[in-house]
Amino acid sequence: MDRRWLPALAALAVLPWVVPSSYVVHLLVQVLLWSFIYTGWSLMGRFGLVSFGHGAFMGIGAYAVVLLWNFHGLSPWLSIPIGVALAVAVAVLIGYPCFRFGIAGHYFALVTLALTEVVRSVIVALRDTTGGSLGITPNSVLKDGVTWSVQALQFADKRVFFYIALAAWAFGIWVWHRIDKSMMRYAMEAIGSDEQAAASVGVNVTRTKLAITMISAALTALGGALFGQYQQYVNPETVAGIGVSLQIVFAVIAGGMFVRFGPTVGAVFTLLLTEGLRVGIGNKVNALDSTIYGLMLVLFIIYMPTGILGKLAEKLRRARA
Amino acid sequence: MLELSRVSAGYGSFQALFDVSLEVRAGEAVAVIGPNGAGKTTLLRAISKLIEVSAGEIRMEGRSLGDVPAHRIIDLGLSQVPEHRRLFPRLTVEENLRMGAYTAAARPKFAQRLEMVYALFPRMKERRHQMAGTMSGGEQQMCAIGRALMSGPKLLLLDEPSAGLAPVIVQSIFDLVRKIREEGYTVMIVEQNVRQVLKVVDRAYLLEVGRIKLAGSAAELLASAEIQKAYVGL
Amino acid sequence: MQIFDIFLLEAVLNGILFGGVLALLALGLNLIFGVIDVVWICYAELMMLGMYCVFFLHKVHGLPLVAAFGAAVVLVAFLGVLLHVLVIRPVLNSEPINQLLVTGGVLTFLQAAATLAFGIDFRNLGVSMPSLAVGEISLPWSRISAALTALVAMTALYVFLKKTYLGTAIRAISQDRAIMPLMGVSPSRIYLLTSAIGGALAGLGACLLVLQYDVHPAIGLTFGPLTFMVCVLGGLGNMLGGFIAAFIFAQLIAVGGFYFHLEWGYVMAFGFFIIMMFARPQGILGAK
Ligand SMILES: Nc1ncnc2c1ncn2[C@@H]1O[C@H](COP(=O)(O)OP(=O)(O)OP(=O)(O)O)[C@@H](O)[C@H]1O
Ligand SMILES: [Mg+2]
Repeated sequence: MDRRWLPALAALAVLPWVVPSSYVVHLLVQVLLWSFIYTGWSLMGRFGLVSFGHGAFMGIGAYAVVLLWNFHGLSPWLSIPIGVALAVAVAVLIGYPCFRFGIAGHYFALVTLALTEVVRSVIVALRDTTGGSLGITPNSVLKDGVTWSVQALQFADKRVFFYIALAAWAFGIWVWHRIDKSMMRYAMEAIGSDEQAAASVGVNVTRTKLAITMISAALTALGGALFGQYQQYVNPETVAGIGVSLQIVFAVIAGGMFVRFGPTVGAVFTLLLTEGLRVGIGNKVNALDSTIYGLMLVLFIIYMPTGILGKLAEKLRRARA
Repeated sequence: MLELSRVSAGYGSFQALFDVSLEVRAGEAVAVIGPNGAGKTTLLRAISKLIEVSAGEIRMEGRSLGDVPAHRIIDLGLSQVPEHRRLFPRLTVEENLRMGAYTAAARPKFAQRLEMVYALFPRMKERRHQMAGTMSGGEQQMCAIGRALMSGPKLLLLDEPSAGLAPVIVQSIFDLVRKIREEGYTVMIVEQNVRQVLKVVDRAYLLEVGRIKLAGSAAELLASAEIQKAYVGL
Repeated sequence: MQIFDIFLLEAVLNGILFGGVLALLALGLNLIFGVIDVVWICYAELMMLGMYCVFFLHKVHGLPLVAAFGAAVVLVAFLGVLLHVLVIRPVLNSEPINQLLVTGGVLTFLQAAATLAFGIDFRNLGVSMPSLAVGEISLPWSRISAALTALVAMTALYVFLKKTYLGTAIRAISQDRAIMPLMGVSPSRIYLLTSAIGGALAGLGACLLVLQYDVHPAIGLTFGPLTFMVCVLGGLGNMLGGFIAAFIFAQLIAVGGFYFHLEWGYVMAFGFFIIMMFARPQGILGAK
């Protein structure tokens, strides 16, 4: 990324000091972490690889960190790479045969859906270790006056986590940018429009798809680990399973998966929607946001399949032309 | 019986037919000949309303097809044997024939017409429980023609019935066309096998790049220098 | 014979009974995929609404069970048509992935709307049926009758597809969509009809499941993924394949659940699915 972005990043960096409450900081952290995960998903989605398996990658990342900490006292600094590596390994295990045997479209979506359900079911089945569907909390070191621990990656002050989330988000955008400028993008676009034609001009279809899947899985697992660490709580429904996978897809479609900041816009949009409804209507009707999500997902796909930012970009381009 | 006046049609922004006018009278057999990509299939698709015409009008027995939905065309007595036969490969021969008699008007006559088709193509009766996709090309062509006859059409549209068949079979397909004519059907046939088709039809049109280039009786066309040079290959 | 084996046999028998119901569910989804070429990700959510329908009509309003069942089948058939007209038809010509995702949106919507309307409580129909006891094995009649009903429904559908003009058209349309109008068939009408049949099958599935399971808004998530996988494993659109796959899946879950724990049964079934996708991506009966 070039210099022009530095002022913008700097402006973002002072945000937690100027916003009115730690509640807003909390929202910012959420937006950044989810944006990061959504960006990770879109790396595949924008090339037509629609995965419902990202709930699995996220869950692997999140649970690996919490479990290794609680049962082996392993610092997140070590367990995050382990969790990411594990997710990447699973991605290869699923992705390689899929791409090798040309499983695409609906079939790919359903295979990845099965993967998500396997991971969620395993988490629930190992309830003695994982806490099952009740979820699990990492052992806290924040007691007896301890307010932060770098080694445990636990901080009482949300602002610390804000910077971690900001770094992750910027990293995600950077990865997107790099891929956008790389040969891989052209290869993926060629594959997306016609796999056989791409192969015939020398694109290694399997390897290219696998590479993008591994990167995407790694980012998502990292996002899951950070999310679990920030929430200090993980639960199979909120970090794994078809629900999370659908949430990712919805936000990305709303924001726009073909433009760099589309997933970020999607995260902002969905969070504003959720929080707006919560403030407007109260906590009691907690399914209202999902009802509206579902409805809007349908409307977006029918009327605005390129998403909010995608549509804006189109409009701008047309206005300029 | 069928009348096209200044018909234009195409696919999206691509125009494949320009101002095509032609006519098929009751009892006639008419051929449309022309090179690959001339728009012959497009012409038949437009008549069957598989694609919309962008200009001009098509009339069947005086009735404009403009507001007739595609699946109602067959009720007007127009039945098409599409290019490449297009049988339902995983339905049996008899089930394919049943699809040909799908319309409400045709259903009560199913048994009767089935006998008629089997009489015309005894081979089909032998194969009636075989999956259509497993038959030879010639047999499939018979089945496709049989399917189109099941609706009891007034006008039969045939799109290159001889394409992709061995020379012996081609001969028998043209014999069949002749036989169908004798049964009293009006026929409009698209062909690239110019020499053969001109022997079985009364009149013909030459279509090139979407436009009618020549029209006349079969004998006239066969004698024309243009046809001789480009299509009969002498 | 040891007592241990008797219980295993019971698990196997239960698996067969469950397989029958699963096969029925998969059949509806398969039919829709075969004809319209879309996957209703929200299929099991339609079923969930059918279960609520039976529950409210019978338990709350006191309608006879049979009437409640009939109403559920009709309601879900209608919902199927509505889904097609409002959601599927507008995306019929867009990217296949959008078609998949749009029904994902409907899934979220229906599940959340059910939570809003009915709360998250588990509701039991409260119809208890006796068990059939053979020696030491006992099988609940609710399961037996469900499996039998599923079998009857599948046979009826088979006859319909095989013997009627409409049924033949439904089979034909998946083989060659473009020429259907030449036969005098209006594809959009066939789509509507298929959506209604698919919905009716989901409604029937709801009636069979509500006898055995409590209704709650997320129940679709228990049966939905399972149903897609049965369809894919059988070869999407291949009804016989789906039938066989349903029994394999049900056995894996029943026996896996018997030896370990129910979740492990699911893990085994889904794991088996993933492995089979690589071994036979075209479905268990598909040609190599
Ligand atoms: N579905 C389609 N979409 C876009 N263009 C098409 C389509 N079908 C045909 N065309 C184009 O329309 C033109 C006419 O095609 P058509 O199939 O009518 O030719 P034809 O005379 O039947 O040729 P052939 O003898 O090879 O069958 C061609 O240029 C072809 O490329
Ligand atoms: Mg042609």
